[in-house]
Amino acid sequence: MRNLFRSNQREAIAIAVLSVLLALYLATHPSGPNTYVMTIWANQCLILALAAIAQFFAVIVRGIDLSVGAVMALTNCVASYLVIGSGLEMGLGIVAVLAVGIACGLVNGALVVFGRLQPIVATLATASLFVGLALLLRPTPGGQIDYDLADAFTLDVLGIPTALIIAAAVVGLFWVPLRRTGLGLGLYAVGSSEQAAFQSGMPVPVIRLASFAMGGLFAGLAGLYFSFVTTTGDAGIGPNFTLNSIAAVVLGGVALRGGVGTLTGAMAGAFILKTIGSLMFFSGLPPLAQPFIEGLILAGAIAIGGAGVLRVKNRLEVFAQ
Amino acid sequence: MSKVTQALPGVDALLPYGGAVLLVLGGSYFFPQILGLDYLAQQLQIAAFLGLLALGATLVILLGHIDLSVPWVLGGAAIVSTSLVGSGDPALAGMAIPAALLFGAVVGVINGAGVAILRIPSMVWTLAVNSMLLGVAVLNTGGFNPKGEASGTMIWLATGTVAGFPVAFVVWMAVTGVMALLLTRSGFGRYLSAIGYNEKATLLSGVSTPSVIFAAFAIAGLCSALGGVMLAGYANQAYQSMGDPFLLPTIAAVVIGGTSILGGRGSLIGTIGGVLFITLLTSILSVMQISDAWRNIIFGLIIIVMLLLQTLRRKDP
Repeated sequence: MRNLFRSNQREAIAIAVLSVLLALYLATHPSGPNTYVMTIWANQCLILALAAIAQFFAVIVRGIDLSVGAVMALTNCVASYLVIGSGLEMGLGIVAVLAVGIACGLVNGALVVFGRLQPIVATLATASLFVGLALLLRPTPGGQIDYDLADAFTLDVLGIPTALIIAAAVVGLFWVPLRRTGLGLGLYAVGSSEQAAFQSGMPVPVIRLASFAMGGLFAGLAGLYFSFVTTTGDAGIGPNFTLNSIAAVVLGGVALRGGVGTLTGAMAGAFILKTIGSLMFFSGLPPLAQPFIEGLILAGAIAIGGAGVLRVKNRLEVFAQ
Repeated sequence: MSKVTQALPGVDALLPYGGAVLLVLGGSYFFPQILGLDYLAQQLQIAAFLGLLALGATLVILLGHIDLSVPWVLGGAAIVSTSLVGSGDPALAGMAIPAALLFGAVVGVINGAGVAILRIPSMVWTLAVNSMLLGVAVLNTGGFNPKGEASGTMIWLATGTVAGFPVAFVVWMAVTGVMALLLTRSGFGRYLSAIGYNEKATLLSGVSTPSVIFAAFAIAGLCSALGGVMLAGYANQAYQSMGDPFLLPTIAAVVIGGTSILGGRGSLIGTIGGVLFITLLTSILSVMQISDAWRNIIFGLIIIVMLLLQTLRRKDP
């Protein structure tokens, strides 16, 4: 048990913080803890959590993805055309939306692997491209998502918010099995030391591509879920999500230098970030002070994470790559 | 390191100049007025705002870091300067520009503190600083466009002309000159790219790396603040989120100019080329009056092509 805690220390801290924040939120919410309040909260958190997972897959292989928000905007706009109609049409529509997400991820991956661009600049450029495509589809916000389908994903099942069930499914049915495969191991190997991974005979380019494709898939899922929550298409949703997804993975204990952190941590970070925002809303603070307090808390949380280096005895250790 | 100090710029640094010339020639095929002196002088004036930001960003990127607080350092400096001028008190109005620059330098030092002492990745720390600045600005202005106006000096800096050249362009070139001296003729310049290459080795060879990081971020803050002051002079006011559209073009300009985002390698000459290229590209795309969507798409594609030209030309990654 102790070993389990030690090896997942960052996640454990993140989850403890989240529990405290959630308890505070439910305690301060004017209408008290009920399913409705939980559902709204969980829906908002899940959107950012999916975006944070997309960011996680870029960061874990020592990259960064500045196009997460842009891919969300594009898939959101695609969904506003395709996720409506008969059951079959909606099914195919969802597949198409996710395929767009994966394609975006593969474009990023190809530029990084074959074009040898640094991920940060490659995704900076593709973000502009993806937002352009989204604007082409929806110059002004509009379109529609099937209400029944949207309700099915954004309400609750037996009092438990569907968003939380989806979050649990992503961890239990996707991440835990993936972590045990060669690919799951390869992600960490490439992120920790690309050269060592290459010299141990790992297919580094394939792992990189796969990682970006999974990032694209989750950005697509985030865009799709955003569509379920808002039931409309909007090409302008991107910028906030990109920056918040980076903040979320860092809060969740994923190291930007790659190779450290878990998908669960990234999700926890996103939940924390969103819960802080919601707490602000009902906290009774003057509304104008809220953006500042939010920024302060974010900076404080990150600084506390960084304060560990002040205790390091050997100054050279802080450069450890 | 050698690329910073060598007299002749490398091919990487010249690439954006070639691209800029192609843009002007290609654009003039459709719109002959692009070759006119008025249009080109106007481009130099507009390029100066992005150019000042990119100069600061070049220093930080050479160091192997990144500064995402540019938007609200710019916005904050604009708010500080315009509200001091708008206060009506001549003494305060005279302080407007120095106060705004001081504000930029202080934020730069805060950025440096997080990066150099707490060792927080600059990408996250400067992002957090940016959102705190946004918060302070909202708190002070109530979310509305801040009151105040630009002083005569600020307007002159942004829109005046000297011997036929826009003052903004002259200021940009002057700051570039000072910075080029700093990079090539002082230890600071060498330490900067040395840290970009290998921070550990630089520290071990006796350089006080934290002070270099502090100085680089402070200078970057100064540059952003100066850009903000001039932009406020250009618009004769400060407005909410006036800096947001500048963040990504700034990074794009530096990288297109051949500076490695990993640090250690790059040049100011390349950054200037990158700024001219991005400014011309944006301007020609808007002259063509195509929709926002296509503007984004073409912008993204051209940046990708420029970056690929740069990396694929090199044999080893």
